[in-house]
Amino acid sequence: MLIFEHSRPGRRAPSLAPAGEAAADDIPAAFLRDGVPGLPEVSEMQAVRHYTRLSQKNFSIDTQFYPLGSCTMKYNPRACNSLAMLPGFLARHPLAPASDGQGVLACLYELQEMLKDITGMKAVSLTPAAGAQGEFAGVAMIRAYHRQRGDTARSEILVPDAAHGTNPATATMCGYKVKEIPTDKQGDVDIEALRAAVGPHTAGIMLTNPSTLGVFERRIKEIAAIVHEAGGLLYYDGANLNAILGKVRPGDMGFDVIHMNLHKTFSTPHGGGGPGAGPVGVSGRLEPFLPVPLVAYDGDEYRWVSLQERPQSIGRLSAFMGNVGVLLRAYIYARLLGREGMSRVAEFATLNANYLMKRLQAAGFDLAYPERRATHEFIVTLKRQAKQQGVTAMDFAKRLLDFGYHAPTTYFPLLVPECLLIEPTETEAREELDGFVEAMQEIQEEAQTNPELLHEAPHTQPVRRLDEVRAARELDVRWNGAG
Amino acid sequence: MSETPDDLKYSKSHEWLRGNADGTVTLGITDHAQAQLGDLVFVEVPEAGRELEAKDACAVVESVKAASDVYTPIAGTVVEGNESLGDTPEAVNNDAYGEGWLLRLKPADASALDSLMTASEYQAFVESE
Repeated sequence: MLIFEHSRPGRRAPSLAPAGEAAADDIPAAFLRDGVPGLPEVSEMQAVRHYTRLSQKNFSIDTQFYPLGSCTMKYNPRACNSLAMLPGFLARHPLAPASDGQGVLACLYELQEMLKDITGMKAVSLTPAAGAQGEFAGVAMIRAYHRQRGDTARSEILVPDAAHGTNPATATMCGYKVKEIPTDKQGDVDIEALRAAVGPHTAGIMLTNPSTLGVFERRIKEIAAIVHEAGGLLYYDGANLNAILGKVRPGDMGFDVIHMNLHKTFSTPHGGGGPGAGPVGVSGRLEPFLPVPLVAYDGDEYRWVSLQERPQSIGRLSAFMGNVGVLLRAYIYARLLGREGMSRVAEFATLNANYLMKRLQAAGFDLAYPERRATHEFIVTLKRQAKQQGVTAMDFAKRLLDFGYHAPTTYFPLLVPECLLIEPTETEAREELDGFVEAMQEIQEEAQTNPELLHEAPHTQPVRRLDEVRAARELDVRWNGAG
Repeated sequence: MSETPDDLKYSKSHEWLRGNADGTVTLGITDHAQAQLGDLVFVEVPEAGRELEAKDACAVVESVKAASDVYTPIAGTVVEGNESLGDTPEAVNNDAYGEGWLLRLKPADASALDSLMTASEYQAFVESE
């Protein structure tokens, strides 16, 4: 039920209602409304109940195990939230002079430095307001670099077929043609195909390492050499950074530019569209092109670095600094963990993934890459179950909801049929992982004895199986009034 | 087992091709391909006049699982795309070899079809996958 359906004319929450009409005499008459906006009219308690009920319908990391592969749904420490909401941070106006905001600038500067250290890059800009904008900024810098050298023939970006869909989308958005590179049977980039694909048209390659297949790209140095020799640059998609924190650095692997998803690796909240943060890091040759503003420190004072100082910058990506509140949460998270804690994140993320993988394998599930060690995530394929019992990855995923688990990522990566991409993250206890294995085993038995139970799942959720096909074919996202 | 009509040619990327009497070639995705994709919710076909090289992406089919490019195994010029699929993407699921055709093209080399797989070769290929 929508809050509009609770609405009754004249009903109010007096203690929260604005006192009287505000004078809007500084707004031109042409922009003023004729009538009052159609907002729901409910009592305070109705509003509280409505939103409390909605929140109870959520599947969230605060209530359930959430092994959604590639998304790194780890616990967001409450301390990060409460410290980022200190009044000194919250009340700061973005146009206030730098001299009045040395505290927040110091935090941002230190975050830049920490991200440089963790990724092995020469410089970092925090300003991109989400992972997607970080990707855009990264490829825009690759473009600016080639253009500045007069190297205008470079029109192609290489993308492995295992890549996140955002990579080809970003390359296309930046005006590049996308060339797909196949993956070999072990889950590595097909080196011979890469050799054949590079040339004077290659602007760069976009890679995730570990890849979306949940394995480490073992020949990354060779890949870097091939692309660099051809005159291209290497872009690192930071989606899977959680697996290698403090262990190996993209800068040392030969990457020229990286974007980081702070909502994954640095535990800021995953938003349904924001606010997010997707800082970018670069090697020396891309440094002049970093988006502004940056934060500089001369040993005495922190200050903003603007376009005047960086004429080659790809420019601003938003009105101010991006989402400072999110950046602060990441900063606090990094400070809480410290250098040693960072490596522990990677150790426990990979330990949990490998433990879960081995237990599921022992329980009779097929792994997509049984010979490879998992990184922070791994892939189970239900191809056999689909063939023999007619139950699909989607059926398993929906049934898991009934057992109180958020479903893993389904049908991605596209290379593996009927797949579940499972990422437990470092914040889950062993008992939780064992419970998940038991649920998977039980569902496996149901698939044999009562497959209908799976086809019709979920049974215990606020909504039953959704008709995704009809929802897509007859898209209806607008509320047209009660009745 | 999915259908594979004998009078068509097939590609490894799961397209079917039919040589028409007027020298044009009709292209679609196979019954096996549509079954793998699941219910389609969106189909994008090329405009007439577009020049295609062999292995070029020539159409897009999108299901609730994934969006996939469709490739032409032979070079040619697009004569027409099946625009009606914009409103009825399900035609590809229901009738992959008929109403669900994607495009018609004029091949650059009329003999290019000969190099593609026959129905029985394609069946064997699908089973080996």
